[in-house]
Amino acid sequence: MTNILPRKDVVIVGLGWSGAILANELTDQGLDVLAIERGPWRDTATDFNIGYAQDELRYGIRRDLFLQPTVETFTIRNSPSETALPLRDFGSFLPGNGVGGAGVHWNGHTWRFWDSDLNIRTHLTERYGAAKIADLEVADWGITGAELEPYYDRFEYLAGISGKAGNIKGELQDGGNPFEDARSRDYPLPPMQMTYAPTLFAEAGRSLGFHPFPTPSANLSQNYVNPLGIAMGQCTYCGFCERFGCANYSKASAQTTVLPVLMKKANFEVRTDSEVLHVNLDASGKSARGVTYIDTSGQEFFQPADLVILCAYGLHNVRLMMLSGIGKIYDPVSGEGVVGRNYCYQTNSGAQVFFDDKNFNPFIAAGALGQTIDDFNGDAFDHGGLDFVGGAGINCIPTNGRPIATRPTLPGTPKWGSAWKKATVESYKSTLAFSSQGSSYASRNNYLDLDPTYKDRFGRPLMRMTFDFPDNDIRMSNYVCDRMEEIAKTLGGKQHVISRRKKGWDSVPYQSTHNTGGAIMGTNPAKSAVNRYLQSWDVPNVFVIGASAFPQNAGKNPTGTVGALAFLAADAIRDQYLRNPGAPLVSA
Amino acid sequence: MRALLLTIAVVSAGIAAPAIAADQADTIIRGQYQSVLGDCSGCHTRPGGKPLAGGLPLQTPFGVLIPPNITPDAETGVGKWNATDFHNMMKTGIGHDGVRLYPAMPYPAYTKMNDQDISDLWAYLTTVEPVSNKVEANQLPFPLNIRLAMSGWNLLNFDATPFEQDSSKSTEWNRGAYIVQGAGHCGTCHTPKSFLGADKNSAFLKGASLQGWFAPDITGSMTSGIGRWTEDELIAYLKTGVNKHSIASGPMAEAIENSTSQMTDPDLKAVAVYLKSFASDTAAVQSVKPDEKRMAAGEAVYRDNCSACHGGSGGGAGPLFPALAGNSLVAQDSVETLVRLVLEGSQAVHTKGAPTTPAMPSLAWRLNDEQIADVLTYVRSAWGNNAAAVSSGDVTSVRGNLAQ
Repeated sequence: MTNILPRKDVVIVGLGWSGAILANELTDQGLDVLAIERGPWRDTATDFNIGYAQDELRYGIRRDLFLQPTVETFTIRNSPSETALPLRDFGSFLPGNGVGGAGVHWNGHTWRFWDSDLNIRTHLTERYGAAKIADLEVADWGITGAELEPYYDRFEYLAGISGKAGNIKGELQDGGNPFEDARSRDYPLPPMQMTYAPTLFAEAGRSLGFHPFPTPSANLSQNYVNPLGIAMGQCTYCGFCERFGCANYSKASAQTTVLPVLMKKANFEVRTDSEVLHVNLDASGKSARGVTYIDTSGQEFFQPADLVILCAYGLHNVRLMMLSGIGKIYDPVSGEGVVGRNYCYQTNSGAQVFFDDKNFNPFIAAGALGQTIDDFNGDAFDHGGLDFVGGAGINCIPTNGRPIATRPTLPGTPKWGSAWKKATVESYKSTLAFSSQGSSYASRNNYLDLDPTYKDRFGRPLMRMTFDFPDNDIRMSNYVCDRMEEIAKTLGGKQHVISRRKKGWDSVPYQSTHNTGGAIMGTNPAKSAVNRYLQSWDVPNVFVIGASAFPQNAGKNPTGTVGALAFLAADAIRDQYLRNPGAPLVSA
Repeated sequence: MRALLLTIAVVSAGIAAPAIAADQADTIIRGQYQSVLGDCSGCHTRPGGKPLAGGLPLQTPFGVLIPPNITPDAETGVGKWNATDFHNMMKTGIGHDGVRLYPAMPYPAYTKMNDQDISDLWAYLTTVEPVSNKVEANQLPFPLNIRLAMSGWNLLNFDATPFEQDSSKSTEWNRGAYIVQGAGHCGTCHTPKSFLGADKNSAFLKGASLQGWFAPDITGSMTSGIGRWTEDELIAYLKTGVNKHSIASGPMAEAIENSTSQMTDPDLKAVAVYLKSFASDTAAVQSVKPDEKRMAAGEAVYRDNCSACHGGSGGGAGPLFPALAGNSLVAQDSVETLVRLVLEGSQAVHTKGAPTTPAMPSLAWRLNDEQIADVLTYVRSAWGNNAAAVSSGDVTSVRGNLAQ
């Protein structure tokens, strides 16, 4: 039996970055807001306790803070002709769980997408002609870089991002990224103190005529008090960011930037350990009545609400839409349907340079402490004579020297035994690694839908992921790998290894938790699930916030853009939607 | 506090009704502010409970007392009291029907309050929501449970002298003195007590132990007091719970949340002016330097467990982690609070000016008594700090008390 609860103005599904930002903005507006979170409550002193936060076995290897596949998993395949099978352990990507979501255990790279990333279809067509992107489904976001700029600014100041501006109001700034769009002001904090490996990388890049700059970091270079009055501490460079919560209030997350204020508000409530099963629609299917959720005792509740905001991880947003009947599910054969299309990922590759005479002290590190070269990212370079579009940021960001996982060895070293041990001792301090993080552009046969066979513990179909790296992206990655090889040669060393991206996406080795798309924003309701304000075209009192809205992924980490979109949606709800609740903000 | 404010909002909304005249509303709002100064809810409201309907048990050296229900409920509250009863109780500790109160109710301080403030406070108390909640305040063992005994106590210890202005001092100083000695009853926690539980007035505000915490010295002492704090830093502490020297913990965190953070800026300034007028002892006290082995052991524990937040040189991190170098709490004669913080951890209070509520985790499971004694010995002696060594027995005793 379902228990019916008193109504709320707003129900938010998932209390991570997006959920916390939306909840804080809308409670400021006086709305009665409830967040429903599938995972547990988590706070710094208790859950990221300084006494055990840096337990690599518990958090890094056994992945204590992550979503477990018994709670929710996906079926996967590389192409529509294959039969998908369930992921029984997460590997290639690791969704978060609990309050703070994946924002608890991220590294902290905080990027802005460029106008040419957002306006991509128009931009590439104008510059290279339509034939250049004929094999791709790249789409415009329906919003320009200039329109998104104030929202990036708000997120960066909320989070205390440490970096160096490259372009303030059109004026190029020495030491920053010359390829970025104009920003209204510099980052709230200066860059972190650079370690040795990124310093050498930057020197090598500069000698080749490239433009390295400090990676914008959510690991704080100094103590900071954000606009909500919440204090954060200077990073201690302990090197336990990705997969770990920060014990020092030094990494921006919902916990360190929003929750101390939000949790004290009388018009906010969070129910943790409660999983939303679906959004309930009225008989017309055009309006949401609330959500149904289940708690850990197995009790089912119907929570009525006037406005439903999906703020779960992007993949979960998409699945909830599918399970709730919000928008038609995409069919790659007909090309019709809006939910599940434009699923994209990240096209990465790596480089290692082995030295004899250098000591990089890799344990002095932070998740986003490093240098980036953006000369080959997005459309920063001319693709006229090239057989691909897109690009990659080339990053030297040695995030950690953790004892279990950080064991670089020369090619040909045995994988175990005394020879391996000896080799890891030799290479531990003297290996410099860098990588490329490449764009991932939409193609017709990369998509999400519901699996016909496999179900979750509540009997709901699992979501099926069909994905492989498009040929365009492989060509892009190879081109960038050639540039990385130039850098590796310039660095010197006794040997270097370039690990190139190949076709046949493998779900086992970790690659990136940057799963984007599936509920994309856009201007055309036949080809996008949400409008430019993240409002569902089909059910206007549902907003869907997250990387699910990206029509394709750039060669950059998504969190900065997710945060900006959350502020954008909050403003649209407050300034426009509430004047005429239930109405679409963009007419179809 | 939110509930109190809501009550006021309801009262204010009722101003238009003929029953409450505008001047009465002013009286009630002034009285509500007196309840803030006096921190009535600190004792008389249970966490999460109805405002002023009775509090959590107080552990006194003489036994348990439960702060009673002071809502206007006729049967279980003060509904049958009148203004004169209340005035007498605040001035003499003798309540309705001649019942003698125990001085856990700080009437020895409230007796300094003037008639106007007491009468305003009463006007306010008559407007709070009546709650039926029977509280048996007196849980003391025989013979202390005989309230008549308090007449003898009063004879020996109680000084009913009203507050006297010092005409040689500024109006601001006098206002501060009036709050600190009267409604604010700072000495109730911060002044050492005689064996009869009376304030040792010669040691006014020099720090005292109660309820498992050591309320620190808040005189002008440069080492253990607030001699190094500026007026502005003291105001910031009282208003937000945080300044560059310290982050409030324990009962002071509650006092800040319920009382000082709600005080007006001029009153906070007055309190600061008064407290800063106490003489400073500029001469550093010489304590015996602990032996090098203990310092080395303590430093090792410090580096592994404390330095990430409090800094390698005890400098802290802004409003997030207090500096330990030059921290007066570190230098108290009693290590009760210090040991307790290491064992139990602590969370900063949430105030409008300092909403972060950073927390120190418990280290009780991780460090044994000797390690805690070593690290506290190190902290009390490093970076210019100069307080006596801590023995593992000190830690054992606090750990034992907390376990009870």
